[in-house]
Amino acid sequence: MADVAMKPVDPVRALSRRELRRLDLAYQPGFKPVAWFCILLLYAPILVLAVFSFNENRSVTRWTQFSLKWFRDVIANENIQAAALLSLQVATAATIGATICATLAALATTRTLPYRGMGLAYIVINLPLMVPEIVTAVATLAFFALGRVVLGLDLGVFNINLILAHMVFCIPFAYLPIRARLSGMDRILEQAAADLYATPWQSFRYVTLPLLTPGIIAGAMLAFIVSIDDFTISQLVAGPGQTTLPIYIWGQIRRGITPATNAVSTIMLVVSIIFVSLVFFLGQRRRR
Amino acid sequence: MAVAAAPATELARVKAVVGRQTALRRLALLAPALFIVFLFGVCPLFIILIYSFLESGAYGGVDWVFSTDAYVSFLFTRDMFDPSVMSFNSSNLEIFWRSFLLALFATAASLLIGFPTAYFMATRPRSTRTLWLFLITLPFWTNLLVRTFAMMLLIRDEGFINDGLIWFGVIDRPIVMLYTDFAVALGLLYSFLPFMILPLYASLEKIDFRLVEAGFDLYANRAKVLRRIIIPLAKPGIIAGSILVFIPALGAYITPTLLGGGRDLMIGNLIALQFGGSRNWPFGSALALILMSVVLVFLMIYARVSSERNVQHG
Repeated sequence: MADVAMKPVDPVRALSRRELRRLDLAYQPGFKPVAWFCILLLYAPILVLAVFSFNENRSVTRWTQFSLKWFRDVIANENIQAAALLSLQVATAATIGATICATLAALATTRTLPYRGMGLAYIVINLPLMVPEIVTAVATLAFFALGRVVLGLDLGVFNINLILAHMVFCIPFAYLPIRARLSGMDRILEQAAADLYATPWQSFRYVTLPLLTPGIIAGAMLAFIVSIDDFTISQLVAGPGQTTLPIYIWGQIRRGITPATNAVSTIMLVVSIIFVSLVFFLGQRRRR
Repeated sequence: MAVAAAPATELARVKAVVGRQTALRRLALLAPALFIVFLFGVCPLFIILIYSFLESGAYGGVDWVFSTDAYVSFLFTRDMFDPSVMSFNSSNLEIFWRSFLLALFATAASLLIGFPTAYFMATRPRSTRTLWLFLITLPFWTNLLVRTFAMMLLIRDEGFINDGLIWFGVIDRPIVMLYTDFAVALGLLYSFLPFMILPLYASLEKIDFRLVEAGFDLYANRAKVLRRIIIPLAKPGIIAGSILVFIPALGAYITPTLLGGGRDLMIGNLIALQFGGSRNWPFGSALALILMSVVLVFLMIYARVSSERNVQHG
């Protein structure tokens, strides 16, 4: 209120604004500044991090001059290249596997009368979201160690250990948007296809799948993001030499930070932001 | 079975065959997802259940000898010279208590900031609401490690905040924030705030403002409307959000490791330590299972609350 009174503006306009506020049923004093503070809290740290990755100086807090040299360093760094490649390989494999599993599971758990075991299947699929990450991490580590000792299986070959561990928590992330899309779809179109003598496979291939594609894309993108961002589980499951990008960043943070650390982090942030923006705005457009 | 006499039994037989086919198809569709999650997500939990009842191996791993040592050593320390003498040791309980308090603080602080934010979002016009929702969702999907690192840069001794305050002449030497409980609490708040806002927003958005109008008609002021109408209607969201913040905060690993330094542990660090440097897998497994069971209790409360909500609106 005070800030409105302080400004030497046209009294009619000031009054009308206050009047409007008084007439607004939903208005609560002080909520707007808190909301803006919340945005500040969420974004200020990331923004500072990103800005200082363009700092010419070695310092990550004292600004001297704009420079792209840290990004050049990062791109030229062979360790980072290898880590990025590993992250991409694991994320791609885990995303493809998880999205296929999740799509099939969504087809079996939507648009049907409840059947025995459906609730249980739903719980199992979403279980990875409920178990604390550190518990999953140590349990998976113990599990693979046991497999190595008892069965002599070394799953480190082709990074199968990381891919499997990632698939487990990617499945629920891919499942939820696919399921949401599917349960909003009408059965009538498939029934029409069946009336026109389409085989079940044809009606799936030419009717269900095209309609489901946006959901599958959203699910796959979310799975990809959570896989590429994962640190806790990867760190414990990864064997020696299996350094993903987050594990590399962790090492940098522990060893001593330079703007190069900021630069890698900024690249990771930008990738996440692009993917999430796509998922979000595609989803919004679909809903209208 | 094969008696195909009356058409009615014939119909029943066809129905049974179709039913069996549907069941088989469902099973085939569910099989890959259930197989992966069960084998690599659920089985490992059983493995650590078994491990928690074994003896610790000399070079990491386990010795296959039954023992309840892992659980006993949660509360007691064996005497170094006479292993039959045990003395009560509260250090593990203290770490659990610390984690509990820090998680509770993060939950309370995120509720205090999250509620007004979610309410403000829910009362915006539709177009602005989407933008706000996007701004809150975005940090939810960005790398937690990177975000924690960003917070670290901000609150270091020579960090952005201290440098700024010194530059403005507010203080002449940096305030130590990093590697304190404050840093961990702030980091937890910062990490999990979106988990509070999103369910709060979901329940606040559904509020029928005719009820608020009725409140004003009955001479309530804004504070009373908030306390007697809006907060009670948002209760499912408040409970859901609190649990969704509390659970990951309780088991946090990245935040206390980076912002709390190595000295003051939370449960997450303590568990990870047992599988790393100090190598006591059975003890680490027992700790993980204790954490898991605490989380399970909160999840059950959450499930009950969300099923109540569905009944209300369904």
